[in-house]
Amino acid sequence: MIDSVLVANRGEIARRVIRTCRRLGIRSIAVYSEADAESLHVLEADESVAIGAPAAAESYLRGDVIVEQALRAGAAAVHPGYGFLSENGEFASAVEAAGMLWVGPTPSTIEEMGHKINAREIAKRAGVPVTDGSGRVDTPEAAVAAARSIGYPVMVKPAAGGGGIGMAIAADDAELTKAIETAQSRAARAFGNAELLLETYVPGARHVEVQVLGLADGSIVSLGERDCSVQRRHQKLVEETPSPGLPDALRAELLTAAERVAAAVGYRGAGTCEFLVSLETERFYFLEMNTRLQVEHPITELVTGVDLVEQQLRIAAGLAPTLPETRPGGHAIEYRIYAEDPQRFLPSPGTITRWDEPSGEGIRIDSGFRADDKVTLHYDPLLAKLCVHGADRESALARSREALDAFEVEGVKTTIAFHCELLENEAFLAGRHTTQLVASMR
Amino acid sequence: LAADVRSEVPGSVWKIVVDDGATVAEGDEIVILESMKMEIPVIAPAGGTVRLKVEVDAVVDEGDLIAVIE
Repeated sequence: MIDSVLVANRGEIARRVIRTCRRLGIRSIAVYSEADAESLHVLEADESVAIGAPAAAESYLRGDVIVEQALRAGAAAVHPGYGFLSENGEFASAVEAAGMLWVGPTPSTIEEMGHKINAREIAKRAGVPVTDGSGRVDTPEAAVAAARSIGYPVMVKPAAGGGGIGMAIAADDAELTKAIETAQSRAARAFGNAELLLETYVPGARHVEVQVLGLADGSIVSLGERDCSVQRRHQKLVEETPSPGLPDALRAELLTAAERVAAAVGYRGAGTCEFLVSLETERFYFLEMNTRLQVEHPITELVTGVDLVEQQLRIAAGLAPTLPETRPGGHAIEYRIYAEDPQRFLPSPGTITRWDEPSGEGIRIDSGFRADDKVTLHYDPLLAKLCVHGADRESALARSREALDAFEVEGVKTTIAFHCELLENEAFLAGRHTTQLVASMR
Repeated sequence: LAADVRSEVPGSVWKIVVDDGATVAEGDEIVILESMKMEIPVIAPAGGTVRLKVEVDAVVDEGDLIAVIE
């Protein structure tokens, strides 16, 4: 097994990776920017190294500095977490070229899947359905021509994108023309690539994703699905598994489709295939593959009993996985606690004056903060993930209410109040909601 | 009659959309702020002439003056 891992991330996900390292007796090395010197992930790692100024571009995105520090610390492997450099093929290559193991798929898989037009082609060739879509569109005129041929409404997406940035729905030529200009500037700025594509917008759909593992022997296994339909700004707020109301036959088709996409690129490690699913027509469409650990991976761990980070490390080391014979099963839900006001979801940086987490049976908290910590405007607003596990959806929902009531954060606004409101929403409680749910509540 | 345009969030000024002295209509974007990886547009609450009070990269707090519309 790997004896040491540098964790190229911060906050809750860095702590999450360090926790598994500690359990397995692996030496962990944290990195931190000047803003994070006192952070929990730094305190909990066996060692830590400073990598630069608070702005991510000067620290957590400095692949060259991170590789240099990993070598200096004698790290055997680099785990990227999610976000930052996790889907950067050049960084993965640099880690491998320096003689360390990269905890993730090969750099070429990252590049192949990182480009959405390309990923759609891979899925199509693997016999997996995709929505009608365009190739690359560079101008509003080309976009309008493409949209007229595939039919409105369309979804505009950055080809190299992620995290919902630059995505927009357009219902006609005028909306599309405006959306293209905005999306191009956002994509260029966020991803260094202004390429866009269009896809048919599927109304009334659910967002369902499948967790896959590409094992060291080349085989692919899937570990169930996660429903991520509760979204604001095309970004997830709540995820659950299993997906409520998803027929078993359709679930089986989704898992097979994800395995096929992963097999088509010889996938290695943990990855997630995202789909749009229409429960009305019982049809589904491949959206994209995320070539890293997903934010919402804990709910899969709760119902499968698998430590996904452990499997990532084992696969990187060329070892067979340790998958349990019996799964705990049941139902798990994750609530993302963001430093945002719960009404309009505007960012709320500041100093946390109170931080009381709930605890108890069936409750798991992955957090990156504690009282007196500063939440700066430099990074993503995710403070913590509250995950609840119950025998079925109803008991998980009941446990959610208690846990959310007991989660006390002061000093910054958080999405806890939104989650409490969600637990009063009839469509959500009945499991009949779609990706439009949050918009319908505001 | 002048209307103050204030920031709703702590953040930094990413982009100035209209020139100082430009004429805007109600609902036009004046400035785009950035905070926690999000873009937050600052919208003209009324039509008129814009007097900008911030520059690109300036750090603003909640309630800080961004512009005045005359």
